[in-house]
Amino acid sequence: MAKNDILGESLWDAYSNKVTTLMNNPQHQGEITQEEAEGHGNKLIVADFGAESCGDAVRLYWEIDPKDDRIVNSKFKSFGCGTAIASSDVMTELCIGKTVQEAVKITNIDVEFALRDTPDVAAVPPQKMHCSVMAYDVIKKAAGLYLGVDEASFEEEIIVCECARVSLNTLKEVIRINDLTTVEQITDYTKAGGFCKSCIKPGGHEDREYYLVDILADTRKEIDQEKMAKAADAGQKGDFNTMTLVQKIKAIDAVVDENIRQFLVMDGGDMEVIDVKSSDENIDVYIRYLGACNGCSSSSTGTLYAIEAALKEKLSNKIRVLPI
Amino acid sequence: MQVYLDNNATTMLDPKALEAMMPYLSELYGNPNSLHKFGTKTHPGIRRAIDQVYAGIGATDNDDIVFTSCATEANNWVLKSVWADLMQHGDKNHIVTTEVEHPSILATCHYLEEQCGVKVTYLPVNEEGVVEAHTVKSFITDRTALVSIMWANNETGMIFPIKEISDICKEKGVLFHTDAVQAVGKIPVNVKEFDIAFMSFSAHKFHGPKGVGALYIKNSRKLTPLLHGGDQMGGRRSGTLNVAGIVGMGEALEIATTNIEEKMASIAKIRNRIEDELLKLEDVFVVGNRANRTPNTILISVRGVEGEGMLWDLNNALIGASTGSACASESLEGNTVMLAIGADNELAHTGMRLSLSRFTTEEEADYVIEAFKKGVARLRQISSSYAKVQPTAGGEVRECELHHH
Repeated sequence: MAKNDILGESLWDAYSNKVTTLMNNPQHQGEITQEEAEGHGNKLIVADFGAESCGDAVRLYWEIDPKDDRIVNSKFKSFGCGTAIASSDVMTELCIGKTVQEAVKITNIDVEFALRDTPDVAAVPPQKMHCSVMAYDVIKKAAGLYLGVDEASFEEEIIVCECARVSLNTLKEVIRINDLTTVEQITDYTKAGGFCKSCIKPGGHEDREYYLVDILADTRKEIDQEKMAKAADAGQKGDFNTMTLVQKIKAIDAVVDENIRQFLVMDGGDMEVIDVKSSDENIDVYIRYLGACNGCSSSSTGTLYAIEAALKEKLSNKIRVLPI
Repeated sequence: MQVYLDNNATTMLDPKALEAMMPYLSELYGNPNSLHKFGTKTHPGIRRAIDQVYAGIGATDNDDIVFTSCATEANNWVLKSVWADLMQHGDKNHIVTTEVEHPSILATCHYLEEQCGVKVTYLPVNEEGVVEAHTVKSFITDRTALVSIMWANNETGMIFPIKEISDICKEKGVLFHTDAVQAVGKIPVNVKEFDIAFMSFSAHKFHGPKGVGALYIKNSRKLTPLLHGGDQMGGRRSGTLNVAGIVGMGEALEIATTNIEEKMASIAKIRNRIEDELLKLEDVFVVGNRANRTPNTILISVRGVEGEGMLWDLNNALIGASTGSACASESLEGNTVMLAIGADNELAHTGMRLSLSRFTTEEEADYVIEAFKKGVARLRQISSSYAKVQPTAGGEVRECELHHH
């Protein structure tokens, strides 16, 4: 919370003009009949996704020229709020003129992007992001019907949230791109975890293979590790001396993670970096041993030399390691 | 024309209440707890308001009515202080409430469950949207400290059997609290007739100002304060009195409760006309029978039309209404009351609430009926539920399974 959150944003005012305009007057709302499509010598594909009970449902119509698999016309019908209608409309717009194979590549992110007034301002506030989630799924479904293949073949993906049909990869990507830190944010962005809530954490209505809490924790860990590795890389390039204290500690941690920690853990111990003090001659790294390392005879000899050697090699040969 | 049909959320300040408040927002600014004339000059206005509020709910001179900042404060106060008085060190550990209470009850109950280990029973409502008294009875145990059940529901307007519930609580020796925010000023409320230990209500729901509510406490029963401080209001609720708010609340309640039956009849007449007209649309239904509903409320479900989508169209026609359905709120669940009454999931996202006031006119009703029908026609034209061309074989929907507890 801070000053800007005290009143909070007015939901509808945060919509882009495009969303508002298309909700008021959708351009591709309607149906394509079998007769129409056949009259043009084309094939009609109609696919449903979502249901009224989910709060959003969309039916996508494709008129496809069988000669080159090109979508010559597309329409939609939608049960949903303003953002759902506007994003369905833009989705059909994006499909028209593409081949089925090209259309399958349209993502929810493309749909949301197409609704923006300016490239760097989101078209809808975070809690409305989920309204464009269905575009991706309904397109896959339509393409599967046309090509006579299982829609699952387009995505070698694991579905984490069955209600909102959100995949593991989508979740990881959304967490990374938007730097999400809570499950609530994930639900705002993707709709995952918004319905039966089984996929949030163990102990829900159904047992799941993957849970949002774990995916979030794992992805956050990956992000942190990458940051550390980056810091360590920077250190390798000789920048260690110019890093801030936090960066230094992260870089040291990264080196310890890569070279040392596994051996300590194997023996039931661990270590943590307490402080880093630099002088003209030395960089003193203060560490504390944890668990079995504490009091182990090797901790002041072999292990200590190993830690120091690794840090010297990777970061700076001025490093001295001092256990406290 | 613009029409405000969200009076269960808040109401317009009655101009007469504003008039009564004006002196206390300007020249009569003294602190009522001061000894000097600046302070004591506010007393006649406050005394008058106290009389008006006592009369408005039928409280006796032995009862306390403590002004608070809102009904949320009053609800928090009762739940947290009953915990402090009877559960923290006592042998009670249980509260009975309903699934359809206001968030200020539900969130406080969740807090007490998580932080204080209190057991809470959330009772369901029947298909009419009402909690049944015998259900309440069957869940009261020896360890139940408090039953907290609303007088009327904010979404459906359904009136709960407060008389029976209060009798049961009396028989079982359990304290009874009712959140009467949607009842006071809308329907007759006479606390003398019931065994109600605590009752919360709020001024801005009956054309009083925002920022003032009250807790009625029968027979001055002990209840640990929520706000400690300078011992205002006999030490029951500290904080400098909101003089203008209290004066406005008194005036507004007096106006609302004077000839309340007549006022109810004239609001119900307009409400019923809107409802009858909207029920002529195909595939719509209204929750709860009229006889047992606050006279100003309609919760209508329109098949194929998502609640927020409909709100959008009404807003474009300058009509303010509300929905508890998924898209409008942060939660993605359907309208909890709609689900609680057993409406199928499909309809849980189609609920629209129209709530009138005594200021709603016949002309406004005509305008709303027309705009509503227009919105339904437009959105059903877009709606996949009303599409004629069916999906290609294999392209049908994979049913979205909702799981509710």
